[in-house]
Amino acid sequence: QTGSVSGKVLDETGLPLPGASVIVKGTTRSTSTDGNGVFKLAGLSNGSVTLSASFIGYQTLDKTVSVSANATVSFQLVPDAQKLNEVVVIGYGTAEKKNLTGSITTVNSKDFQKGTITTPEQLIQGKVAGVNIISNSGQPGVGSTIRIRGGASLNASNDPLIVIDGVPFSGNSIGNAPSPLSLVNPNDIETFTVLKDANATAIYGSRASNGVILITTKKGASGAPVFNFSTNNSIATVAKKVDILSSGQIRDFVNANPNASYDDGKKFTSLLGGSNTDWQDEIYQNAFSTDNSLSIAGSFKGVPYRVSAGYLDQQGLLITDHFSRGTGAISISPKLFQDHLKIDLNLKGALTQSHFANAGGVGAAIQFDPTQSVNANNNFGNYFEWLRSDGTVNPNAPRNPVGLIRLNDNNGNAERSFGNARFDYSFHFLPELHANLNLGYDLSKGYGEVRVPVYAAQSISTSGSYTNSLNTETNKLSEFYLNYAHTVESIKSRFDVTAGYGYYDNSKTGFNFTSYKGTGEALVTPVFPFSTDRDKLLSYYGRFIYTLADKYILSGTLRADASSKFAEKNRWGYFPSAAFTWRISNENFLKNSTSVSDLKLRLSYGQTGNKDGIGYYDYLSKYYANSNTGQYQIGNTFYNYYTPAAYDPDLKWETTTTYNAGLDYGFMKGRLYGSIDVYYKKTSDLLSKINIPVGTNFNNELTTNVGNMDVKGVEGSLNFSAIKTENTSWDFGVNIAYNKRKVTNLTLNPDPASKVGAGDITGGTGVTLKYNAVNQIPGSFFVYKQVYNADGKPLEGVYEDLNKDGVINTSDQYFYKSPDPNITLGFNTSFSYKKWSFTTSLRANFGNYIYDNVSSNFGVRANILSPAGVINNASTDFLATNFQNNQFLSDYYIKNASFLKMDNAGISYNAGKLSKTGTASLRISANCQNVFTVTKYNGIDPELSGGIDYNLYPRPRTYTLGFNVGF
Amino acid sequence: CKNENLNVLPTNDVTAATVYATPAGYKQGLVKLYAAYALTSSTGSDNSDIGGLNSGFADFLRLFWTSQELVTDEAICAWGDTGIPELDYSTPSVDNQFLRGLYSRSILQITVCNEFLRESTPEKLASRNITGADAADITRYRAEARFLRAYQYWVLLDAFGNPPFVTENDDIGKVAPKQIQRAALFTYIESELKAIEGDLANARGNEYGRADKGADWALLARLYLNAQVYTGTAKYTEAITYSSKVIAAGYSLKSNYMDLFKADNNINNTENILTINYDGVTGTNYGGTTFLINAGINADMGTASYGVPNGGWGGNRTRQNLPALFPDANGTLDKRGTFFGAKNTVDEVGVFTDGLRVTKFKNIIGTSTIPPSLNGTFSSLDFAIFRLAEQYLIYGEAVARGGSGGDANTALSYVNALRQRAYGNASGNLTPAALTVDFYLDERGRELYWEGHRRTDLVRYGKFTGGTYLWPFKGGVKAGTSIPAYRNIYPLPAADLIANPNLVQNTGY
Repeated sequence: QTGSVSGKVLDETGLPLPGASVIVKGTTRSTSTDGNGVFKLAGLSNGSVTLSASFIGYQTLDKTVSVSANATVSFQLVPDAQKLNEVVVIGYGTAEKKNLTGSITTVNSKDFQKGTITTPEQLIQGKVAGVNIISNSGQPGVGSTIRIRGGASLNASNDPLIVIDGVPFSGNSIGNAPSPLSLVNPNDIETFTVLKDANATAIYGSRASNGVILITTKKGASGAPVFNFSTNNSIATVAKKVDILSSGQIRDFVNANPNASYDDGKKFTSLLGGSNTDWQDEIYQNAFSTDNSLSIAGSFKGVPYRVSAGYLDQQGLLITDHFSRGTGAISISPKLFQDHLKIDLNLKGALTQSHFANAGGVGAAIQFDPTQSVNANNNFGNYFEWLRSDGTVNPNAPRNPVGLIRLNDNNGNAERSFGNARFDYSFHFLPELHANLNLGYDLSKGYGEVRVPVYAAQSISTSGSYTNSLNTETNKLSEFYLNYAHTVESIKSRFDVTAGYGYYDNSKTGFNFTSYKGTGEALVTPVFPFSTDRDKLLSYYGRFIYTLADKYILSGTLRADASSKFAEKNRWGYFPSAAFTWRISNENFLKNSTSVSDLKLRLSYGQTGNKDGIGYYDYLSKYYANSNTGQYQIGNTFYNYYTPAAYDPDLKWETTTTYNAGLDYGFMKGRLYGSIDVYYKKTSDLLSKINIPVGTNFNNELTTNVGNMDVKGVEGSLNFSAIKTENTSWDFGVNIAYNKRKVTNLTLNPDPASKVGAGDITGGTGVTLKYNAVNQIPGSFFVYKQVYNADGKPLEGVYEDLNKDGVINTSDQYFYKSPDPNITLGFNTSFSYKKWSFTTSLRANFGNYIYDNVSSNFGVRANILSPAGVINNASTDFLATNFQNNQFLSDYYIKNASFLKMDNAGISYNAGKLSKTGTASLRISANCQNVFTVTKYNGIDPELSGGIDYNLYPRPRTYTLGFNVGF
Repeated sequence: CKNENLNVLPTNDVTAATVYATPAGYKQGLVKLYAAYALTSSTGSDNSDIGGLNSGFADFLRLFWTSQELVTDEAICAWGDTGIPELDYSTPSVDNQFLRGLYSRSILQITVCNEFLRESTPEKLASRNITGADAADITRYRAEARFLRAYQYWVLLDAFGNPPFVTENDDIGKVAPKQIQRAALFTYIESELKAIEGDLANARGNEYGRADKGADWALLARLYLNAQVYTGTAKYTEAITYSSKVIAAGYSLKSNYMDLFKADNNINNTENILTINYDGVTGTNYGGTTFLINAGINADMGTASYGVPNGGWGGNRTRQNLPALFPDANGTLDKRGTFFGAKNTVDEVGVFTDGLRVTKFKNIIGTSTIPPSLNGTFSSLDFAIFRLAEQYLIYGEAVARGGSGGDANTALSYVNALRQRAYGNASGNLTPAALTVDFYLDERGRELYWEGHRRTDLVRYGKFTGGTYLWPFKGGVKAGTSIPAYRNIYPLPAADLIANPNLVQNTGY
C-alpha cells in the first residue's frame, strides 16, 4: 500500500521557499517546492520515512514522518552562514562541505569581484587565501598569472589545472586571442572551487602539483523560464602614468649642457624641438566598454535548461586597442528512467575579434623626447622620427610612439568551443552504485595578420611587413568511473568508493607562412607548412572515503598516469594521497555547544606530479631541420641540414609531496567561520633547466629531473557576519597567507653555489638579473651592492667588493630580495540596508620587491643625451641618482613594492519586483575598480608577476554602471 | 586505448637514422659541423644553441673575437652589458658570460663533431649500404670533423688551458667529462692534425668553406708557434716546417689588403685558407661579421658605406695603441691602418667616440654594392680564420726566435710582400736587421689587427699580464696597471665547475 506526503518549506521568517529540495533519504526519490513553497511526494510505501529538506544557504533539516494517505509535514529552515551542507564539486564527484577532507575553498557568484571583468579568473582575485591572481597587464582580455601556494615548479609550468564542468581546460595560449580564458564568458560561471592540498588534488595526479581550480557554470532550474539580462557599461582611465621629466625639464637639461655632443662633435642643443608633448597622453585614451548578457533558464517538460548569450565590446587604454567577444552557452540536464539516468550537456562557444595595439608604444612614450611634436612633414607617414644626417631613419633611436601604434595594424580572431556530455546512471538494482561517463572536447583556432606599411619607420629595414598566423588546438577526453556509497547504520559507518579511467588527447598545430615585406616581396619562407605537438595521457584513479560516526573520516586517493611526454620506462607515475579528518564538533562534548557550531581537524599527505611546461618530445633523440635563415654555404651552394637536439632519455615526472594540517571552525551558529591551514611542500626531481657538464649533450643547459624545492606556508580565512537583521546585514571576509619557496638543489652533484639564469632585463643585451639558485627563492635578484655617499645618494658604479679580492667584477654580485611576496592579504566586506548594498574588496602584498627597469634603463644622463644622436626622456628617478651611465645591476633599483590596493568599491540598488503582479525585477549597480593603491614604490604599479617593471601596459581604473533585469 | 598509443612523434623532426640514411644526408651532416661555428642556431638569429646566453652573443666568432681582442690594446667596447666592462679591463671573472659562451660554443662544436664521427664509422656506413666513392667522400668528411674538433680544442687550449675532454667515445647524456691538462691537450691536437692529414683534400683542393690540408698545416703552425706557452717546450722549427708547407701550397696574397675584408672575399681569393661563411639572407645572426662591422661603427658614420644601412651599434673601437703602430692613422702610407674619428685617446670607456674607429670590415661588393640582407644589418662578409699573411708572419717570427729550417732572407721577402701590399710600393720595405722578435708583434698588430689574434700574441710575448706593457684601462685603471700572471689563461666558467665535479679551476682563480 502506498501513500503520500505533502507540505511546505518555509524560511526563517515564515515565507515560502520556492525551489527547495525535498528528498526521501535512502532512496532516489526527490522533488522540489513550487512557487508557494509547496511539495508533494506520492507513491511512497506506507511506513516511516525520513524526509530531508534543503536549500542553498540554509541548514538541511531532516524529519521523520509516517506515510499515510495524506500525511503532511512542514519544514522551517534556518539560514546557514557557513553553508556546511552546501554541496561542492571535488575531483570526480561532489561532497558536502562539512565532510570535506582536503583543503578546499569555494567562491560563489555572489562573492565574485564586481565591475567590468573580462576574464573569469579575475572574478576571484583576492578572494581565496593562498591564491594569487595577477593580471598580466591592462590590455583587454589579457590573462593572469595564477599561483596557488606560490607554485611548485621551476621550469615546468606553475599554472594550476583548470577544469570547467569536468573538462580540463587547455591553458595553452591561442594565437590571436589575448589569453585562453578570455574565450570564456565570466557571466556564465556559478562557482569556483580551489583545491589546494594534495588530498584534494592528488586525484588529478600528474597535473595537480600547482593546485586545481574547478569551475562550474550556471545550469537550468525548475519551473517557468526566467529571463535575465545584464548590461555593464564602463569607462576606463589610466590610473597612473610613469613619472618622467617634462618637456621643460628636458629643455633645461639639454641647454645646461651646451657642449655635450655626439657623432664627433654635433651638439645636442641643436636637436631640441619646440613642442611640449606628453607622449603618454598621446597614446592613451579613455576606453569604453559594454558587456551584455542574456540568459534564459527554466525547464521544459521537466528538463532543466539554460541558454545564454553574451556580447562584450571593449576598448583598450592604448589607442586602437580593441577586443570584442560573442559567447553562447547551452546547458541541458535531463533525467531519465525515474531519475536513474542524469544527463548533463554543456556546450559553449566564443568568437573574439581583437585589434592589438602595438605595445611597443608604451616604452617609446616614456623615452621619446617631449620637445618634439607628434607629426612632421616627412616620408614616414608624417610622424616625427629621428633621422640621420642623410635623411634616413636613425636605426638606434626610439620610434615615434604614435607612429608605432597607428602604423601597425594587428588584427586577430579566435574561436573556441568546448563542452561535454556527462551521463550518471544509478543502477536500478543498486541505486547506491553510480556509473559516470564523461565525454568532452575543447577546440580552438586563432588566426590573424599584421600589416606595417612600406613607409613606417618601425619596419623601415624590411620596407614594411606583412605576416599572418594560424593555430589550432584539439582536446578530447573520455572518462568513466563507478561510485558506490553505502551507509551501514549498525556500525555507524559510511563507505564511499570511486574508481575510474580517463583518456586525454591534446594536439595543437601551428601553421607556418611566408613573411613578406610591405612591398609584397617574400622575406622569409618556412621550411615546413605546419608543426603539430601532441600530448596524450592515460589514467586510472580511485578514491576511498570511510566515515565513522560522522566524526572520523579516513580518505585516500590514488591516481596512475601515463604520459606521452616520457619514454616507456618512465611513462607511468603513481600519485597517492591520504587524509584523516576529525569532526570535533560532532563529539559529545561539543555537540550541544551553542558557541561552537563547527570544528574540524584535517591532516593530509599526498603526492602529485607535473609534466606541463616542458617540451613534447624532450626524451627523444632527434634531429631538427634548419630554417631558411639558418643555412650554410659550402662551395656555391647554401645547404639545409639537421641539428641534433639536446635530450634526456630518462625524463620523468616531477613529484611534489605535500603535508597539510588544517582546522575548519565555525562559531556563533556559523556567523563566524573560516579555516587555518599549514603546509609543507617538497618538490623533487624538479623539471628544471640546469647547467649540465659542458660536452655531455648538445647544449650546456638541459631540462631534466634535477633539483629540489621546498614551499612552506600558512594560510587562514575568517568570515564574520557582524550584523544580520531583517533590513541590515554586514559581512566581512579576511584571508591571509604566508608562503615561502626555497630551492634546495639544482645540480646532479649537489652544490650550494649553483644557479641558473631565470630572467633578463631590458637595456643592454643579455643582462641576467634573476636566477634560480640554491638556498634562494626562485627568481631572486642577483645584483651588486650599491655604495652610497654620506647624503644617501648612490655613487655611480661604486659597489662593495663582497668577495674582497680587490676587483669589482661579476663575482661580487649577491642575492638580494625576490618578487615573491611573503604575505598576501585579502579583505572583503559587504554592507546592505534594505535595497541598498555596498561592497568593497582590498588586497595587500608584503615583502614583494620590484626591479625598476624603467629607471635603470631610462634614468641616466647617457639616455637623455644619447650617443645614438638623439635626445630622450628619462624617468624622474634620474634626479635622485644623476647617473651618467646605466648601472643595470645595482641593488639601488630593487625597490620594496609592498602594497595595499582597493580592487573594487561598488554600490547597488536592488529595486526588486517592478510591479506587484509582474515578475520583472531590477538591480542597478555602480562600481569602481582599481580604486587606489598605497605603496612606497614609485613606478606605475607595484603588482607585477615577474618582478621586473618595464613597459607595463597600465591597468585601468574602471567605472562601471550596470543594470540587471530579470523577468 | 593501450599504452603503445602514447608513443607520439614530432611532425618534422627526425632521428639520426633518417638523417644519415643517404650519402646526401652525410653531406648535410658535414655542413652542420661548419654551421656550428657560423651561426647562433640553425633556426635563425633569435635562437641560440647555447643556454644562458643572449642569442645575439652566441655564435663562435663574436665570442672568440671578444675573448681575443677586447681584453687587449687593440679594442675596447662602450657597452655596459654584463661582463663587457671586466673584459675591457682584462680582468674577467669566473662568471663572465662571454667566456662561458665561448667555452660552451667550442665544446658544442666538438660535441656535434663527435656525433658525426659516431654516425659515420665504417660499420654504420656498411649497415646503411653506403660504399665505394660515397664511402670515400665520407672518410674525408670524417677527417674534416676531426679537424674542426681539433681547431676548437686549440681555442680551448689557448684560452682555458685545461678544459673538459670528450671524444666520439663518450656517450650523450648527463655524465661529467674528465678534465684534460694543457700539455696533454697539446699532444692530442697535434696527433689529431697529423693523423687526419692524409684523408683531407689537398690544399686549395676542397670546396669553398671546407677544411683541407692547408688549414691543417696552418693550425699546426699556429700551434707550434705557441708551444712554449702551451707546454713549456718551444717548437719553432715545427712552426717553420708547417708554415712553409702552407706557403708552398700555392696560396698568394690578395693584391689589395682591404679587399680581404669585403663581402665578395669568397671569390677570386687565393689568400684565405679557411673561412667562416655568412650570408645576410640565408645564414644570419647578430654575431659573426655582422657584429664586427656593426659594433665597430655608429649609425651616423655613413652606415651604407659599410654595407649595413640600418646598422651601426657604436660599441667597439681601438685604444690609442693600435693607431700608434702605424706611420699615420689615415692610411696615407700604410693603407692597412685606415681609422675613423677625431679623438684617438680613450678617456671614457662608455663613450664610443673616444678612440678611433676600425673601418676594416665592410659588407660591400666592389666599391659600393650592398649584398642582399634581411634587414640591412646582417652581413655577407666571410671571415678568414686562417690566411696566408699569418703564415708569413709565423714563419718570420719562428725564424727570429731561432727555429731551424727557415732563413732570414726568406722571412724578409715574406714581410716585404706584406708591406709592399700595404704601402702600394716598396717604400715600406724593411732591412733584415729590422726583423727582430719584437718587430713581429707590431707587424702582426698592423697586419692582423681585429682578426682574433691579439691576446694569444701578447701572451706569447709575455706582455698580456704583468706591468711591462700597459694600455689604457688595463687592470681597470685609466693609465693601465699590471695584472697578475695567472690571467694568461682564462678561468674555467664557474657554472661548469659546479656542474662538472671532475674539473679543477685554473690556478689563481
